[in-house]
Amino acid sequence: MTTTDARARRYDDDLPAGHHPSRLSRTLVWTGLVLFLIYSIAPVWFLIVSATKSQRDLYTTNGLWFADFHLFDNTRDLFTYHDGIFLRWLANTLVYGVAGTVGMTVLCVACGYALAMYQFRGRGILMGCIIASFLIPGALLTIPSFLLYTRLHIVDTPWAIIVPHFFSAFSVYLAKVYAEGAIPPELLEAARVDGAGEYRAFFTIGARLMTTGSATIFLLGFVGSWNSFFGPLVFLRGEQKWTVMLGLYSWLNIKMDRSVDLTGLVIVGAIVSLIPIVALMLSMQRYWRSGITLGSLK
Amino acid sequence: MSLDLKQNPLAPPAAEQSGAVDAPGRRWRRTVELKGASFTVPFFAGFVVFTVVPVIMALSKSLYSSKSSGLGFGEKTVSFSGFENFDRALHDVKFWGSLWRVALFAIVVIPLIQATSLALALLLDSVRRRVAGKLRIAMLVPYMSPGIVATLIWIYLYSPAVGPLTPFFKLFGINANFYSSELIWVSVGNLMAWGSIGFNMLIVYGALQAVPRDIFDSARVDGASEWRIAWSIKVPYVRRSLVLVSVLGIIGTLQIFSEPLLFRSMTPETVTKDFTPIMTIYNQAFAVGDFNYAAALSIVLALVVGLVSATFYKLTNRAPR
Repeated sequence: MTTTDARARRYDDDLPAGHHPSRLSRTLVWTGLVLFLIYSIAPVWFLIVSATKSQRDLYTTNGLWFADFHLFDNTRDLFTYHDGIFLRWLANTLVYGVAGTVGMTVLCVACGYALAMYQFRGRGILMGCIIASFLIPGALLTIPSFLLYTRLHIVDTPWAIIVPHFFSAFSVYLAKVYAEGAIPPELLEAARVDGAGEYRAFFTIGARLMTTGSATIFLLGFVGSWNSFFGPLVFLRGEQKWTVMLGLYSWLNIKMDRSVDLTGLVIVGAIVSLIPIVALMLSMQRYWRSGITLGSLK
Repeated sequence: MSLDLKQNPLAPPAAEQSGAVDAPGRRWRRTVELKGASFTVPFFAGFVVFTVVPVIMALSKSLYSSKSSGLGFGEKTVSFSGFENFDRALHDVKFWGSLWRVALFAIVVIPLIQATSLALALLLDSVRRRVAGKLRIAMLVPYMSPGIVATLIWIYLYSPAVGPLTPFFKLFGINANFYSSELIWVSVGNLMAWGSIGFNMLIVYGALQAVPRDIFDSARVDGASEWRIAWSIKVPYVRRSLVLVSVLGIIGTLQIFSEPLLFRSMTPETVTKDFTPIMTIYNQAFAVGDFNYAAALSIVLALVVGLVSATFYKLTNRAPR
């Protein structure tokens, strides 16, 4: 096959389903897309611009364009306010996220692997539990969970955030689907013939073949933990243990209670908490995109 | 070895070597399955503690009431009260008011969000894939933003003091107060749309990519216009995905909490403390301190959510196509 052929074919593949569109419908298509693009991006643009302004300029200048550049002053204010409590919140969020998600990934990948690769008795019931738990609204769980954690003496400790995060039914489901796709049963059988035990087979074959799936599960779990709000709001009391999202909410409220205005800090704080998560998701797009489409189409 | 595997991949090696006899092979197989099952033990142990136990606790808590003897002084006594809490919940005007408020909101906002997501997915499907890929990333930025940050952004955009939206609408002679009781649902709805259209569009677009391309060619040969192809072929194909994202939307919207809570910081007169069902439950549990009643309300809400999503699913999936 010559290179021109190859190029022509690739060009053809790249073409959308509907070719020969009229000029009018092309214009309409592009108008729609550009309008929505602006709608998606403009609010984030506003946040970025606002983060560079001094508190006074926030109220007096056009929100969509820059005024005097105060980003570095604002960032310094953010990290020094109240003895650097914001840094503490960032660290908490990171620790809760990493600890909770690492544990979750290990447990859920192992469980999903077993559900996919073994035909033990009761497997159907366990799968049924997983699917049924998708239908339990979070609302039902929060109040009794609070009472349970009170009894376990983990309310107002990091454990109330970290440990429950381990047991994600959705992650088990994803892990099962990934294992079915990634691990040929013959390979495990061959390992057994060669004398490998089941645990060794999991660590040397199963877990390795599921690296991509595990990465997806970790990523989705970490993002979920970073963004979570209701859990920390209910289970954490002392501000030294708060997460970033909870801290930002408390700053938003301060404006109401006292006459201090923390608007500038909330805006810079919002962007500082936004950047790592957007950067993470952009760099690992391949993983979470496959994860959410897999989870929704199967 | 590979030959053996092809013949009977499930036969244990012991049985293969010894010839016939099933018993040791079966025992060996059972050990393997038991070891396999042991992988699920850690997860399901935690699952029982953190999911099953809370559900049971909710059910049992809701059957008890705690009453303080006398004038609110003295010890609170907890006693079995049967369905008293549920009876109270069924007649709780504020709770049902908040539920209707949210349901009405869902009825308006979810179809709008789904229609926009579908339209957008179809638009993306009609440009070159590589361009579509780049546009899609940009359109997913709202989805990547944490919900609280998204809410904060819009709170400030709506704010008459800081945001550019109020002066923008003034240019057209419209005096819009986004925090007023008339506009608050428009404001929250727009915020939800901003955060969820990208995700829904991604799901629908994914389903569109799975449609076999030669169908379009045959339709074109038969003289169908692009609009006709979109409406009669593409839309029916993505129906299941649309139903799925709608169900997720219903479940999420009925349980909406953090968005109105943040709006409450700005406008406590409009967004009352029992504005949505979850806010009512939260308020009952942590402000009033009546966990038993809050548990009963949670169960009622869970039933409503389950019933609504099941009905919706049934209705939309009844007639194929």
